[in-house]
Amino acid sequence: MIGATNFNFMRLRHAASILSIILIVISIGSIAVRGLNLGLDFTGGTLLEVQYETPESIERISTALENAGYRDVTVQHFGAETDVLVRMSEAFRDNLGAEVLNVLQTQSADNKLTLMRSEFVGAQVGEELRDQGGLALLLALFVVMIYVAARFQFKFSVGAVVALFHDVIIIIGLFSLFQWEFDLTVMAALLAVIGYSLNDTIVVADHIRENFRMLRRGDSEEVINYSINQTLGRTIMTSLTTALVLFALMIVGGDLIHNFAVALMIGVVVGTYSSVFVASSLLLMMKISREDLMPPEVEEVDDRP
Amino acid sequence: MLNKYPLWKNLLIVLALIFACLYAAPNLYPPDAAIQVTPARSGAEMSEAVLTKVRSALQERNIEFFGEEVTGSTALFRLTSNENQLPAKDAVQRLLGDEFIVALNLAPTTPDWLLNMGAGPMTLGLDLSGGVHFLMEVDMDDYVKSKIANYREEFRNRLREEQLKYRRIQIEDHKLRISFVDAEVRAQANSFISRTYPEFLQENEDKGEYADVVLAITEAKIKEFEDYAIKQNLTTLRNRVNELGVAEPLVQRQGRNRIVVELPGVQDTAEAKKILGKAANLEFRLEAEPGASRFQTEEYAFRNEQFRTARLEKAIIATGDSVTNAQPSFDENGFPQVNIDLDAKGGAMMTQVTRKAVKRRMAVLFVERKPKTTYELVDGVEMPKTIQIVEKSIISLATIQSTLGNSFRITGLESAEASELALLLRAGALAAPMYFVEERTVGPSLGKENIEMGINSVVLGLALVLVLMAVYYRLFGLVANVALLANIVILIALMSMIGATLTLPGIAGIVLTVGMAVDANVLIFARIREELGNGRSPQQAIHEGYNRAFITIFDANLTTLIVAVILFAVGTGPVKGFAVTLSFGIITSMFTAIVLTRAIINWIYGGRRIETLSIGGQS
Repeated sequence: MIGATNFNFMRLRHAASILSIILIVISIGSIAVRGLNLGLDFTGGTLLEVQYETPESIERISTALENAGYRDVTVQHFGAETDVLVRMSEAFRDNLGAEVLNVLQTQSADNKLTLMRSEFVGAQVGEELRDQGGLALLLALFVVMIYVAARFQFKFSVGAVVALFHDVIIIIGLFSLFQWEFDLTVMAALLAVIGYSLNDTIVVADHIRENFRMLRRGDSEEVINYSINQTLGRTIMTSLTTALVLFALMIVGGDLIHNFAVALMIGVVVGTYSSVFVASSLLLMMKISREDLMPPEVEEVDDRP
Repeated sequence: MLNKYPLWKNLLIVLALIFACLYAAPNLYPPDAAIQVTPARSGAEMSEAVLTKVRSALQERNIEFFGEEVTGSTALFRLTSNENQLPAKDAVQRLLGDEFIVALNLAPTTPDWLLNMGAGPMTLGLDLSGGVHFLMEVDMDDYVKSKIANYREEFRNRLREEQLKYRRIQIEDHKLRISFVDAEVRAQANSFISRTYPEFLQENEDKGEYADVVLAITEAKIKEFEDYAIKQNLTTLRNRVNELGVAEPLVQRQGRNRIVVELPGVQDTAEAKKILGKAANLEFRLEAEPGASRFQTEEYAFRNEQFRTARLEKAIIATGDSVTNAQPSFDENGFPQVNIDLDAKGGAMMTQVTRKAVKRRMAVLFVERKPKTTYELVDGVEMPKTIQIVEKSIISLATIQSTLGNSFRITGLESAEASELALLLRAGALAAPMYFVEERTVGPSLGKENIEMGINSVVLGLALVLVLMAVYYRLFGLVANVALLANIVILIALMSMIGATLTLPGIAGIVLTVGMAVDANVLIFARIREELGNGRSPQQAIHEGYNRAFITIFDANLTTLIVAVILFAVGTGPVKGFAVTLSFGIITSMFTAIVLTRAIINWIYGGRRIETLSIGGQS
């Protein structure tokens, strides 16, 4: 049974550290070299979703639009083969949607086209959303750090925040590596991951604190190991239920929130891993001890004459 | 006694659940497609004659309708089929003409007894209902500049009246530089200005032969300008949106200088933008006198006659934000005219200028702002750059018959001309120019698809979690499942009650809540198993399990809540919807996962001798 494991997690912490460092180096490297495939929300520009009755080749659509004089056009399928997403840096004009639809309709005359949605975001707005998103991430991390420091202890809050940074960087890194589109919903997912991963870290931390106070024997490594094993059943169960609903979102939720679900899914996996290995092994590294967690004792003063 | 809730606590829980069911219920009634008829002019009544017309128009086309409702001056006709909505709108609009606005609407079908309790369905965001979203930016810089220009004209008059001799007044960005003949006059002017215009900060400068004073407008005054401009623009936009006849439009300030407009159900963006984004302003100016200096005059073309131009003075008498009303009508001889009302300040300036200008001609200049995209080479890559270009054209040039005041009229027009001029004059009632910075359109079919996909993912996610919990925790799992379902009902009830907007990411938030809400129960059940393992009796294990898990659950949920609140504060649109459902989901799950499950567990096990618990994981 899961509840009764006695696995020595802390023995693996050096191997885990190396894995984490490798992942982070790859992530940062990819972000630096490849950058992020930012969505329309962040770059600004125009996006049109067009539905064809019968599938049409992407190349033909691209050529038609380039011939019509539109710049920086990217065309891709969206969800179904009949759904096409057109992105261009063109600023929006009245009737741009109708114009583009017209160009495409002329080219595929015997096909029936419907404009599903059109979006235009000004470059200025995109930049602001980018700044706001980054600011929100930092603010969330900061507030969380203060909360954990106040509720637990400073060493815990360092552990928790480093683990969160770890999670966020790896998710962004994977989005950069695979060039998945990074839009506002993914940014929201990142914040949700912070909430989720922290949840995990706090449950583990809660048990570590309790065990430090209750178990009077055993060194820090043993106590932490014991606590992780104690919470393992819960950690796996919660990760599983969350992963299940995310799985549901990924397969039937549609393309608009697909990347959101993907980011959260990665977050659940990495977050679970990081609360076991990153947050806890950092506690060991910072030499957490029983004294750090003992409630302050009232000193007995001998005032008898 | 251990594990027994007092009666009042159980009753309270049942009561809360009944309330939740009632307030969530309206979401089960799908709305009817409907058309809504409103008179174009405010204040007009909905008459029986009009209703009869609408009925006959619908009958003529074999469009079935029912449930006719008249509230105030608005009439609502429910249709039996969604596909008939557009044809019905067209037919009715054609028959009623421009006097009435016909709009598509979705009429709620919530039963009256629920409505009387104040219950109603959740509002759907644009990504679910289909519609248009605009974000418009108010050009504050331009507005302040025009205000400064107004001040310059005012200072010219006032200083002359006060006999304070100055050489010139120059505009320097957001400042005015007045050059006086000597320091003595300037000192008098200093005290005059600080008395009459406290909104300016003065700084004396001696440059060259004149004694200069530089006037800088205070930050507080600029803020006041901004607030006024936004308020004025909001009002104007609301009026224009009403012209569009949208059922439930949203026009709202966002941040310092932006306005969000959301029009659910609107598909024709071009038409919507035409009305919203007239992006026009007006200037009233005198025609230049023959032989006037070229430095004080400018030449403009007429809006409707391409090759006709006129030379106007640079000085502006009044601008569009002074226009409070403009209506076409007929004079005593039956000739078309346009009546114009100005605000106090505009009226005063108008009187002052026209007193000395009778028999001269006054022009109304129409100012339009259009975005234009140009391409620039940056590091060898062509980058698009959008700039705002300003186009000014004359829409009216009329002879001033006598001194004009707050209210005057322009005559000698054709009938069509008069109504267009009135429309343009009213369109000019924007305090500051605006342009579109964001625009999103969601087609109605996409909205429906999104709702479907959202519901599917909730159902699938829920089913998977329910099965897993029941298999892993047996009876306790089933109890947690009841709590999970109750959680969704309460969440929906809460959102319906406070009128929160449901978006696609919002639904994703509900799905995520389903996955995360069971965490509390998992924590409790894990504790109970642990206590059982430590050899406690089942009753004690339940008691201790709930008690000891509480603090962990609280800590873990509170941090998630903090993050959700931050997300709400900085997020926009759909993302905000995600933050809303996530935060409410966390709060309601605390109630269902801790209090509700405990009540059920107590009811099953409490107060009697038991040997084992059906919680799984025991050998």
